[in-house]
Amino acid sequence: MTEPARTDRRSDATVASSPERILSTRGLTRRFGGLAAVNDVAIGIEFARLHAVVGPNGAGKTTLINLLSGDLRASAGSVIYKGSDITGFPADRRSRIGIGRSFQKTNIFPNFTAFENCRLAAQSRMPRPLHLFSDAASFGPVADAATSALDSAGLALRAGRVASTLSHGEQRQLEIAMVLATRPEVLLLDEPLAGMGAEEASLMVALLRTLKPKHATLLVEHDMDAVFAVADLITVMVNGQVLESGPPAQIRASAAVRDAYLGAEPE
Amino acid sequence: MDIYTFLIQLLNGVQYGLLLFLVASGLTLIFGIMGIINLAHGSFYMVGAYMAFTLSSLTGNLFIAIVVGIVLSVVLGIVLEWALISHLYKRDHLEQVLLTYGLILVFEELRSLIVGNDVHGVAVPAILSGSIPLTETLSYPVYRLFMSAVCLVLAGLLYLLIHRTRVGMMIRAGAANREMVSALGLNINLVYRLVFALGVALAAFAGMIAAPVSSVYPGMGTQVLIICFVVVVIGGIGSIWGALAAALLIGLADTFGKILIPEVAGITVYLLMAVILLWRPEGLFKRVGG
Amino acid sequence: MTPPSIAAIGSKWKPIALVAVVALLALFPLAGSGFYVELVAKVMILAIFALSLDLLVGYTGLVSFGHAAYFGIGAYALGLMSPKYEAANLWLTLPAAMLAAALAALAVGVFVVRVKGVYFIMVTLAFAQMFYFVFHDTKFGRGSDGISMNFKPVATIGGFTPFDLANAWHVYYFVLALLVAVFALLRAVLRSSFGRALQGIRSNEHRMISLGFPVYWYKLASFTLAGALAGLAGYLSALQFGFVNPELLSWHQSGNVLLMLILGGTGSLYGAVVGAFAFVALTEIFQALTKHWQLLLGGAIILLVIFLPGGLASVAGRFRRTLVGEVDDD
Repeated sequence: MTEPARTDRRSDATVASSPERILSTRGLTRRFGGLAAVNDVAIGIEFARLHAVVGPNGAGKTTLINLLSGDLRASAGSVIYKGSDITGFPADRRSRIGIGRSFQKTNIFPNFTAFENCRLAAQSRMPRPLHLFSDAASFGPVADAATSALDSAGLALRAGRVASTLSHGEQRQLEIAMVLATRPEVLLLDEPLAGMGAEEASLMVALLRTLKPKHATLLVEHDMDAVFAVADLITVMVNGQVLESGPPAQIRASAAVRDAYLGAEPE
Repeated sequence: MDIYTFLIQLLNGVQYGLLLFLVASGLTLIFGIMGIINLAHGSFYMVGAYMAFTLSSLTGNLFIAIVVGIVLSVVLGIVLEWALISHLYKRDHLEQVLLTYGLILVFEELRSLIVGNDVHGVAVPAILSGSIPLTETLSYPVYRLFMSAVCLVLAGLLYLLIHRTRVGMMIRAGAANREMVSALGLNINLVYRLVFALGVALAAFAGMIAAPVSSVYPGMGTQVLIICFVVVVIGGIGSIWGALAAALLIGLADTFGKILIPEVAGITVYLLMAVILLWRPEGLFKRVGG
Repeated sequence: MTPPSIAAIGSKWKPIALVAVVALLALFPLAGSGFYVELVAKVMILAIFALSLDLLVGYTGLVSFGHAAYFGIGAYALGLMSPKYEAANLWLTLPAAMLAAALAALAVGVFVVRVKGVYFIMVTLAFAQMFYFVFHDTKFGRGSDGISMNFKPVATIGGFTPFDLANAWHVYYFVLALLVAVFALLRAVLRSSFGRALQGIRSNEHRMISLGFPVYWYKLASFTLAGALAGLAGYLSALQFGFVNPELLSWHQSGNVLLMLILGGTGSLYGAVVGAFAFVALTEIFQALTKHWQLLLGGAIILLVIFLPGGLASVAGRFRRTLVGEVDDD
């Protein structure tokens, strides 16, 4: 069951060591010069649950994801994965231990086909670097993983298209498909709905629902409809700190959250 | 090694380092601000030296030659940027490398055509031809002290230009965000033209003042270019302070290397680079743009 | 620059064209005179050199301006291993030369592969200059006059000598066979998991890291393999000329091989071969025109970069597409 709401910002040992939390942080901080983009954040992700992180622009949400994925090093605090401290692990190592991440700004291989994008992603789990004389495309397990990732993301019909020719929405789907092809346990999704129209967005939300039971998901999003449709737990960040954290109903009713958003653009 | 010999080598190392700084600062500015890797930078140094030779032979006065030379190199920089370099802004590194490599060939061959391939000496101007005595047998040439002083003054002026003037602010802004600068109504093309001309002038000026000390010879451009690359790698692209620190480090390492381990003196610089690369692949300092 | 597209590797015209080219090259000595046989052999050696760099530049995205160092080390390996009074053995010295070049590339790679973008260009040039210095100025390298080999290596193995490397025709076919072998090797490697990972690195290194690839090792392996193949080309060059000098490691040589790639177009293996032929053709023409041919070469390079960034291959590509009426959608 979800834990009771935490409205205080102090990092708390029990948050980090709870057995259901696959990925969690303690006092996570990242400074750029004098500015703390992420400040003393304690957050956790549980298996089969979707934890959404929301907040106005500049709240530190993408920085948080970067700290979790290893794209940025923490200035202070720690990141714990399955009980081990992975704070010093670089991004590639984190991916290999099961932490997958998608990007807000589409980060695909533009000149490869959609299939090859996913195949390469799947290959990361079965790299076979010394098989220098066999054609990688004919290796069954990797090709199958790629195909099933494309299917899950709804791109089966587009597999043969060169990625740069896909529509924006399809590229966002490919973005997710690539992460899925690496068969991660944790999904760190950075604004998957960015730039999507209503129909594409609802397809993406449906996808997120199907993925939820099989992964521990952290979702950063601006689209509040989507967030309320899929999140089990919502954390609101403002100026790099956690303002409030709790189930959707609590967040929806919270005056503090409303105040924080009043000064910023309503989504 | 006694104290006086040590002092002489120290002064030589600092002087060489400061000269390298002058050339490297142009290179690092051009890359840091315009994003262009300019292989032909060493050629500008050579062009400066050969200009010092031909103009001082014509006028009989090195100072006049230098003044004229500076004007000519600024013009050269502006013309080159307008005609060729401006095509490179959106291109990848390979294309920049090749085009500027083509420029090197053109410069080398033009020099060969116009002035020939001989080694030439350039006379130190009479006022600066004295030496400061250190002991009964050892003395230090005034001209070398003059070179160091000039380089230091220029370093100071460069710092003031980049960090304390409106133009410098535009330059730094251009480094960080080209589109934003254009959107603000500042003429980015003009800024780039200025920066490139400045870079060319710095390299050429270094060649001009170095000419009496190092002589004027065909391979001098390439030689200085590669050492400058090492300076820029160690110091960090786009960082003037980094270029200064690295240049002094290399100037001293090279000078003392030649005395202490003459057999392999040439590799000292590269070994230094290798060690620093292991420790800090991004160079020692942060870049101008932030 | 024309990006490599996985789809392009297996397009159906290519195999036919490749076989035709190999056949042409195989038949050439029957038609050409001795001078041209040696010239084309020299071009094929440069094609191997260009292919080795293409792996690095065109497929891994690492622009090295110091690749001549490994070419030179392969050449000097033969020079240094050749005894004064008898011939060296091909089957011993060739692998040894490639190994020497590979080790040098590995040693340098450890330092430079971590370095990004434009720094990479600079440090590869700097390390190449270091090797140049070793051969130009130290006793080990025998100095600026280089090394003359009194005998060509012999291809004797187990008492049997299948071909005679003092014979220009035998050298020609030996080089042709190696060119085909290197081409086939690279083609296979680029289709393998390793090769595709390299191309992923060129396409989007950040994403490759994010997907869990230990990118450093892939780049290091690519750098080393490219160095080994460059060493092979250098060995063949030394074999052909019977002479090595430090200019083989000069940055002119590094610049020339990059030029071959841009002439032929990066992102395809045959582009490297085309580029080698185009480069030699250009330099021969320019040298025939004037003593100051480097001026023409420099000018040609500048014009090429400004007007034909995709190299000759892009011209061919556009021509082919117009002929066949293909839609330009990739």
